[in-house]
Amino acid sequence: MMGGINNWVTMIRFEQVSKIYPGGQKALTDVSFHLKRGEMAFLTGHSGAGKSTLLKLISVIERANGGRVAINGHDIAKVRPKDVPYLRRDIGMIFQNHHLLMDRSVFDNIALPLVIEGFALHEIKKRVLAALDMVGLYGKERHYPIMLSGGEQQRVGIARAIVNKPPLLLADEPTGNLDPKLSMDILRLFETFNDSGTTVLIATHDLGLIARMKYRTLTLKQGRVIGGDELAPSQVFHG
Amino acid sequence: MDKQPQLVRSKLPFTGRIVMFFIRHIQHAMGSMGELWRNPLSSLMTMAVLGVSLSLPAALQVLVKNAETITQSWNSAAEISLFIDEGRSERSIQSLITRIGAYPEVSAVNYINRDQALEEFQRLSGFGEAIAYLDDNPLPAVVTVTPDIKHASPNGARALLKKLELEPEVSFGRLDIEWLERLQAVVRLLERTVLAIALLLVLAVVLVIGNTIRLAIMNRRTEIEVMKLVGATESFIQRPFLYTGIWFGVIGGILAWIIINLLVWYLDGALADLLGLYGSTLTMQSLTLTELGQLVLLASFLGWLGSYLSVRQHLRAIEPT
Repeated sequence: MMGGINNWVTMIRFEQVSKIYPGGQKALTDVSFHLKRGEMAFLTGHSGAGKSTLLKLISVIERANGGRVAINGHDIAKVRPKDVPYLRRDIGMIFQNHHLLMDRSVFDNIALPLVIEGFALHEIKKRVLAALDMVGLYGKERHYPIMLSGGEQQRVGIARAIVNKPPLLLADEPTGNLDPKLSMDILRLFETFNDSGTTVLIATHDLGLIARMKYRTLTLKQGRVIGGDELAPSQVFHG
Repeated sequence: MDKQPQLVRSKLPFTGRIVMFFIRHIQHAMGSMGELWRNPLSSLMTMAVLGVSLSLPAALQVLVKNAETITQSWNSAAEISLFIDEGRSERSIQSLITRIGAYPEVSAVNYINRDQALEEFQRLSGFGEAIAYLDDNPLPAVVTVTPDIKHASPNGARALLKKLELEPEVSFGRLDIEWLERLQAVVRLLERTVLAIALLLVLAVVLVIGNTIRLAIMNRRTEIEVMKLVGATESFIQRPFLYTGIWFGVIGGILAWIIINLLVWYLDGALADLLGLYGSTLTMQSLTLTELGQLVLLASFLGWLGSYLSVRQHLRAIEPT
């Protein structure tokens, strides 16, 4: 059952994956791990250790040079470029710098994935307001991102990532610019999504934050998975 | 290994997808229009350039159209002169005239007998005195034949001449069409020039729109990156740009039509004076409503083409990093 690269129990599966950027920089070397459906885990390591590259391989912003990557049952190598958008619709992505559209209202920013998927307006309204409520920004839908604080902008980004209820949530340094209290709030938010069945992978270098939470951790060092590799396929822990 | 599952392309039911397809097209079309409306100055500049570029080939088209109506009225000036064999009786000539008159290609027949021919020659040639010394009338009788409109072209008239020369009473025939052929050659040259210039200007329109769309894509680079990150397909991202190109074309086409009408209105007064001197009542023709439709259709196609080429080239290059 676990042998297949794209079986349905696993949400993310890496098998001896390596990534070398044009120019010869080795970003990842021989990385193997998997994440089950409904799991929540952290990805840590110093900056430059390959965290962002790993997330980019999951969201097909980059493709691996060697090994296999399977996401949500799809072998990435077999996904044609024109089908990548459909794969990305199943992945909610949260970025350190939010990637919000500054000339659009909070509502329009969060509605974007739904508009792209072609939902009707009344459905879009319902879901956007629900997402805003979930991240605690209800009533701010008419604001523009520039009028919000850093923490609030981050939560708009989170609302956009979860508004179409993707089965997988990726976060790249979601607490990077926030104070400890706000960081904790954001992590609690991820926990609630995880409770409702969403698989969550959070890349962070904030080790103090991870220490306080009992979740599995994948540590990268110079592009390799290092000791305490709790995410290795041989040792699967649960929550 | 397990079979690769199909990627879900849409979570909507089939009918919902069809409906949303049209709704999204309308939204994008309106959205692009609104975008142009919000940046009136820069979009007006582009539209003006397009209007002027398109008005030139359209003006040449008007010129050709008017030249054609004028040359058509000149075409009927083609006339065939048939010289009758000497010694034919007046009766056989009359029967020839009746026979020619019955030809379907012929619209009028005129007979000039030998005496009339001599009289005319004396009057027009200036050799009047000299001719009086001749014992005999050297001139043959002439039958002039005017072909109908359908056979008035050089080729048609030439074919008719061949046919007429087979009549036994006819010694030989003459067709004075050299000037007509020259005129038609000039018109053909004019038409080709117009076509070449029109093609160049059409190319200019495509390039102008392509460049405008390229700038629009560069301006919205971050937005395109974010859209790609949250799962927008290429066709979803490119659609507003394609509609922008189409709107540029439509409005540029209408502008060109307005420019042409102003131009015709401006020239018509002068032309009426000129033609009045020749006793003609021809007025200049402008573009009809059908031609306006064709112009706008062509322009919107060019707009689409320009933006499509630009979008193909530049949208692919923008990938999230």
